[in-house]
Amino acid sequence: MVDRHRVELVVNGETETREVEPRRLLVDFLREDLGLLGAHIGCEHGVCGTCTVLMNGETIRSCITFAVQADGQEITTVEGLASNGKFHPVQEAFWEKQGLQCGYCTPAMMLRTVEILRENPSPTREQVREGIASQLCRCTGYQYIIDAVLEAARTMSAGTQTDGKVPVTQGAGPSSAEAAAQTPGAGPALEEEAEDASRQKES
Amino acid sequence: MAVTQQPKVERKWIGKSIRRVEDPRFLLGRGAYVDDITLPGMLHAAILRSPYPHATIKSIDVDAARSLPGVVAVVTGAEAAELCAPMPDFGPAPDKHVWRCLAVDKVRYVGEGVAAVVAKSRYLAEDARDLIQVDYEPLPPIVDPEQALEAGAPLVHDALGSNVAYERTFTFGDVDKDFAEAEVVVSDRLRWNRSGGQPLETVGAVAHYDLGTGMMTIHCNSLTFSHFLFMMANTLKVPSNKLDVKPVNAGGSFGSKFWAVKVAVLSGMLSKRVGRPVKLVEDRIDNISNCDHHGSDRVYYVEMAAMRDGTLRSLRLRTIDDYGAYIQFGTGTHGNSLAQLVGPYRIKTAQYQVQAVLTNKCQQGAYRGFGSEVTNWMVERMVDLVAQEIGMDAVDIRRRNFIQPDQFPYFIPTGNMYDSGNYEAVLDKALGMIDLEHWRAEQKRLREEGRYIGIGVISAQERSVFSATEFWFWFDEPAAKVTSSPESVTLTVDGAGNITATLYSCAFWGNSAETMVAQLVAEEFDVEPQNVNIVYSGSNRSLPATGPGGSRFTVMVAGAVQGASTRIKEKMFKVAGHLLEADVGDLEWADGAVRVKGVPERSKPTAEIAAWLHLFKHSLPDDIESGLEASKVYDHPYTTMPSDDRTNLGVFYPFMGNACHIPVIEVDITTGHVTFLQYVAVHDAGTLVNPRSLGGQIIGGTAQGIGTALYEQYAYDKDGQLVTSSYMDYLIPSAMEVPDLEIGHEETPSPFTVHGIKGGGEGGRMMTPAALSAAIDDALAPFGVRCNELPATPERIVNWIEEGRSRQPKITQ
Repeated sequence: MVDRHRVELVVNGETETREVEPRRLLVDFLREDLGLLGAHIGCEHGVCGTCTVLMNGETIRSCITFAVQADGQEITTVEGLASNGKFHPVQEAFWEKQGLQCGYCTPAMMLRTVEILRENPSPTREQVREGIASQLCRCTGYQYIIDAVLEAARTMSAGTQTDGKVPVTQGAGPSSAEAAAQTPGAGPALEEEAEDASRQKES
Repeated sequence: MAVTQQPKVERKWIGKSIRRVEDPRFLLGRGAYVDDITLPGMLHAAILRSPYPHATIKSIDVDAARSLPGVVAVVTGAEAAELCAPMPDFGPAPDKHVWRCLAVDKVRYVGEGVAAVVAKSRYLAEDARDLIQVDYEPLPPIVDPEQALEAGAPLVHDALGSNVAYERTFTFGDVDKDFAEAEVVVSDRLRWNRSGGQPLETVGAVAHYDLGTGMMTIHCNSLTFSHFLFMMANTLKVPSNKLDVKPVNAGGSFGSKFWAVKVAVLSGMLSKRVGRPVKLVEDRIDNISNCDHHGSDRVYYVEMAAMRDGTLRSLRLRTIDDYGAYIQFGTGTHGNSLAQLVGPYRIKTAQYQVQAVLTNKCQQGAYRGFGSEVTNWMVERMVDLVAQEIGMDAVDIRRRNFIQPDQFPYFIPTGNMYDSGNYEAVLDKALGMIDLEHWRAEQKRLREEGRYIGIGVISAQERSVFSATEFWFWFDEPAAKVTSSPESVTLTVDGAGNITATLYSCAFWGNSAETMVAQLVAEEFDVEPQNVNIVYSGSNRSLPATGPGGSRFTVMVAGAVQGASTRIKEKMFKVAGHLLEADVGDLEWADGAVRVKGVPERSKPTAEIAAWLHLFKHSLPDDIESGLEASKVYDHPYTTMPSDDRTNLGVFYPFMGNACHIPVIEVDITTGHVTFLQYVAVHDAGTLVNPRSLGGQIIGGTAQGIGTALYEQYAYDKDGQLVTSSYMDYLIPSAMEVPDLEIGHEETPSPFTVHGIKGGGEGGRMMTPAALSAAIDDALAPFGVRCNELPATPERIVNWIEEGRSRQPKITQ
């Protein structure tokens, strides 16, 4: 008979209780036992950071963490960012600045962003660069991600507050995930992008 | 293939950096990737891999594995060979280097699959995998591609009788004459080691074989699956109309999911064996050691002929390409090379000897550039060598040799055509974005402090939109005609006038295909891009479509969207003519409606016409059927046959982008570490659909180029062991290794494509290795360093400096 342990933890604000094998990885527990598919598996040896989630507000690699180690802890996944049909300001900023391409590292990158901005609400570009170096992205070359983190810092300090430990419950932007698919013009042409240092469109 | 001059036109949506329509689902963590799929009754598979580079399989004992509770099946290579035909193989003489989904009798590289386990969970499958006992008899491995050519070298495939899968010398023009008349001939040995796409999501598949219907359904993150589907069906021993490959969002590809077949075939084979759905997802070690797609791995012996005034005359080379143990795409990567062999220069003749060699390594496939990025590096390295030899500036020698804007369409010696370009404008724009005088002054000042900075300037090509002739023009008597390599789109306008676009032979793969199509449809119908619904068709009932690869998708899908839109509008005009009691010839399209020319009040918007067509057919003329839907199969707009003697390969990769990269770097001569001080990149990909999206491709491609140039290598030691089988050793650049780029765009529209678009998805990686090599040379010029092997790891750089010091003993710093 396989040895099983009872774990009780708070995930995205809800208490979850399960019996798990001691060897069960937290990322498999989140994905398969709780159906939280936003935590992705990249390397399974703790390097790439794709599996990153927040435990008590701090980033951890869920691919090298056992589910039993999360017993009694609070976990936040990407599914805990948006609420009431509204994007979290970090999600809004990543969309606004195209801080993603394939989206596979994106949930982890945004959770790391939440942590970075909790520790330092107005970081410099170089501080952001160093901060996200814990997370690999193979698509973007990071430049637009750094733009997005700085944009999130700007919008969050301008209004919506978050303590980063429990994600904000109110969205900052006008558009929601569901609305985005339905609202005409939900994605306006970004005229202000012409001033973005990372893009110089000339005819 | 008529040339249509396209004047600069005002466009509503094409050229706008709108937010991507793909993004919301990924921001929410609802990416729906392949590992997110769960089917009722689904089982999980794991693959046992060879620890030996070359060994005979004497016996396999699977009893202990089979008896582990929770295990449903254990399948050895020999059993798999009964369930499946050999893997699809484009190569010459596939019967002489047979590739199978699991090895039979002998293993040919570290990581090759030997047996598969199917169990109730991945954990149990891996437990059982560890219980399989394989008795191997090790054979001497062949690792070095040049040694593989030697008589008496161990043979990877006995049936082939040598390790050379393909060898041929192509001569384009009177090369000997140009070399005889040359005032300067430079030569070098260049070594490009293998790296790979390494998307953060590996390859995976969930297959379901239904015994009741005979239908094999495979959900997988492979791209480009419809075009070659019949070959996969053959491998799986199912009729092609009973194989449905379902597109699944891919977490990045960069070539590595271009028709990724191994995992799909394995899961399909296992599902057929156990009669239940089976999921197989590579872990990272699987992916590094055994994916379908390691990148190019070449040795070059190159000569370039030139005149003292800097005029480049000819290029003559031998390239030995280490394809690993199997040669699935033949020498298609050298087709890419021949597409732009002379770069942006008026080099009139060329000779190209290719030797495709087999060794005990994982096989090659596609990686962003598909071999043309290596060619760019080689050409630019040789141009720099000529410049050095005659004491000419890197900018001046390029300027002197550029193909001029009035010379297009320009046919290069290999036969391929460059459709259009303005290389000097690209170079000038890049030079305008950087203060070279400042950096030269800094270089001088810092050298006195014992610090070494360098500037690289390169100009190189980005071919786009292949025609598949490049897969067969290698052979004298192929059973093929000019290959049209189409893409298709279906546009469906529903009863409320809302539009859905159906895409074929692709899934979302990280590029912005949905945004591209949404902007193109919006341009046609004056709708908001965010309101265009995009869906992907499975391979079953697919229209002819090749799928993404070779920077073809945006160009080709633009042709398909325009063609389908034209057909829809023709029908709308008929209906509007009836409703407005006007002759069709008196109507025009304006602001999302059909109207009487110049009379806005006599107008029928799309929604109204669509409603008539969905509901009230009997009130319309007899020849109009209900519904408003049209498809367009858009064939390659310009491709021609090779000549019989292969002195001219025809036009096969004609829409030619160009770029200039100028990095400024500092090299720490003690550690060999490279840091960036500035990086300017100007690209010309024709008409831009979404500048920011293309910018993302350029930056991301450049990041991968930095990895290729400085860090990444699938390294096999002399015994054939893969020593970089995890991200501890295979070094993907982090944010600390990738600088912010300053990007500029030139737009030289293609005269042959719809809207003048050229492909642009691979350009970053196709430029960066050459640019960084030039910058390293420049920084370390006092040591006489010549960067002739990539990646230029810290160790290699320090060794080059040491070698330079030993040549020039007076330098002591």
